[in-house]
Amino acid sequence: MEATSVKANATFSGGVHPAGNKELTSHKATVTAAIPKRAIIPLSQHIGAPCKPAVVIGQEVKKGEKIGEAGGFVSAPVYASVSGKVVAIGNFPHTMGAELPAVVIESDGKDEWVAGLKETPDYNAVSPEDLRKMVGDAGIVGMGGATFPTHVKLTPPKEKPIDVVILNGAECEPYLTSDHRLMLEKPKEIVEGLRILMRILGVKKGYIGIEANKPDAIDSMQKAVAGSSDIAVVPAKVKYPQGAEKMLIKAAAGRTVPAGGLPMDVGVVVQNVGTAAAIYDAVRYGRPLVERYVTVTGRGVKEPKNFLARIGTPFSQLIEEAGGLTDDAAKVIAGGPMMGMSQHSLDVPVIKGTSGILVLPRAEVSTKPYGPCIRCARCIDACPMMLQPSLLGLFIEKGHYEDAKDYNLMDCFECGSCTFVCPANRPMVQWVKRAKRELAKKKN
Amino acid sequence: MEATPKEQPKAAPELIVSIGPHVRTEESTARIMWTVSAALLPATLMGVYYFGMPAIMVILICIATSMAAEAGMQMLLKKPVTLSDGSAFLTGLLLAMNLPANAPWYIPFIGSIVAIMIAKHLFGGLGYNIFNPALIGRAFVLISFAKIMTTFVAPATSFMAVDAKTMATPLVLLKEEGMAKLLEVFHTKAALYQDLFIGNRAGSLGETSVIALLVGAAFLIFKRYITWHIPIPFIATVGVLAWMFGGKEGLMTGDPVFHMMSGGLILGAFFMATDYVTGPSVRSAQIVFGVCAGALTILIRLKGGYPEGVMFAILLMNCFSPLLDRGMRSKVFGKAEAKGVKK
Repeated sequence: MEATSVKANATFSGGVHPAGNKELTSHKATVTAAIPKRAIIPLSQHIGAPCKPAVVIGQEVKKGEKIGEAGGFVSAPVYASVSGKVVAIGNFPHTMGAELPAVVIESDGKDEWVAGLKETPDYNAVSPEDLRKMVGDAGIVGMGGATFPTHVKLTPPKEKPIDVVILNGAECEPYLTSDHRLMLEKPKEIVEGLRILMRILGVKKGYIGIEANKPDAIDSMQKAVAGSSDIAVVPAKVKYPQGAEKMLIKAAAGRTVPAGGLPMDVGVVVQNVGTAAAIYDAVRYGRPLVERYVTVTGRGVKEPKNFLARIGTPFSQLIEEAGGLTDDAAKVIAGGPMMGMSQHSLDVPVIKGTSGILVLPRAEVSTKPYGPCIRCARCIDACPMMLQPSLLGLFIEKGHYEDAKDYNLMDCFECGSCTFVCPANRPMVQWVKRAKRELAKKKN
Repeated sequence: MEATPKEQPKAAPELIVSIGPHVRTEESTARIMWTVSAALLPATLMGVYYFGMPAIMVILICIATSMAAEAGMQMLLKKPVTLSDGSAFLTGLLLAMNLPANAPWYIPFIGSIVAIMIAKHLFGGLGYNIFNPALIGRAFVLISFAKIMTTFVAPATSFMAVDAKTMATPLVLLKEEGMAKLLEVFHTKAALYQDLFIGNRAGSLGETSVIALLVGAAFLIFKRYITWHIPIPFIATVGVLAWMFGGKEGLMTGDPVFHMMSGGLILGAFFMATDYVTGPSVRSAQIVFGVCAGALTILIRLKGGYPEGVMFAILLMNCFSPLLDRGMRSKVFGKAEAKGVKK
């Protein structure tokens, strides 16, 4: 059942229209995934300093017990997502592509919460500072995939006053429906999370941006905010990357984040709808972030589904619960097809930023070699940042990184629109990543 | 004794790992080249209809030579041979459309060699050539074989075109003998416009039929393979300047309709100036490119030594493409706002 679109004009210039493929899972209610027998919980699930282990091998832990201490201010603690015994601390496969430090917990099957979780029935009775601390202590990070520690975003410097909070329910990545399902299934929690965010930041205006291809989610959220004048649901045009922070701010609040700047430069903080729901859980029930919605989808799995899965659940388990791989499964991606990372192993675990697991069959994986740039300008039209990706590609291909920098390389946020449209199959995103890495190396 | 085989753990599949995005459009360089070639089909057929067998010969020689030159050059340079991308085919076809149907075999042959070997591959091959290869090929044979290249025939009365009579193109008639002579040949203004529109006139074999070219161009615009940014300003500039300066009775007495439908303007504006590689990529730069090419065309038509200026106008503008792209690059999202922000 394909949902029809509602009318929406809010958007940005540029962008592309990849096939949505959301009908594989958008109508399927979320199911709770089995508790993993062995939860592999990476100590680095966020941008910033990795955590230091707070447990030792052999230690018994309860669900919600801290197992990794934040490694600094820009960091977020990690918690046991199952109750059981710590059986290993060491390097394990991670969705970021390397083996990274993780704590492995063997579940005792009891699934007991740690004692002493502090409930807060009325967050309005709690000071913004204390609320912010609760968010930080719960280990909450940007759950749309960016995994930036949320409490840092909620601590803007004094000279950057914030007056708008935008919740990102755009979910512009094809295939993914975890945010969609969350908006249908937990709209109240999302709105409460938004109100907590607004209280922390002292903000009077909240927006919830949702792409118009999810009319039921728009409806659900509108019902949840009915009667309140301080929160508006903004249907946004269906176009990738509508959910990119800068693009969503443009569409929902009409503000343009300066190049090289941050949303706070225009008085805005953006949070994913999943993050808002996690914030509600953390404040209301004192529960740290130990589970999340994950869409397991693509024509490479037999029964695509939306799961509520524990952090640390191996991809292989969720894929099995989704009917297993098809015989022609060829590519497994953590996240969506535009910005997600392909995985070489199914042993990688779900982390805080894992919005989906996408499995593509062989026929849908392009391995065509790239050809010369014919300067067709499709990438220039597609770039939401108004860059000239074709030129960046030509420069970087020949190693002229400084020239690429002059052509605004650093403003690229690697959405992949240019590469998606390129008729010559040129790997612009790969090159941009390389140039940024090489320039960083030179700087050090 | 039969041992029940132990259940083997399902072998992990071979996973493909690459940097995203993991989905791509169906578009490809080859599809673009072949689609543009297909869009030239109506005009090609009209050329064959009007100029008969000789036109077919010119077309075949151009395409065959271009493709052979491409393959030969690529083998010589030890590069992969990419005939299937359609680029050499398209160059050959475009060159043919810019040649008189009655040209002897060595004209299309030499033109194609120059186009592919010199204009394209010596500059680095597909994507790196500065000048439109087909137009360089044509410019070379025009300058080298001026007499043959400026002798056109009237549309043929039979397919084999054995009775082809030489006939001046409308632009030559206008330039050398004036509008009165033009009207003498075509009888009335309406008949002149009609013949220009349909293609019943002397000229290069693929440039004469405005209607056929417009059908192909509309198809490409509909498919978004080309946009209006170059051709419309190009043609409009020719029209406006022709009206302003093209008349014998002083300013604002020229005939814009005649100038817009004559010569190689429609072919050049929609199919040659829009060449991705040799034109600018930035949209605003494309408009400037189109306006300047239009102005140069009129300058050559009215004041230059040649009756037609489209080819030289495009070639001259080709060298400005990189500069235009550089000078008019689009404003990065948030760049203007970045100036006001204190860091």
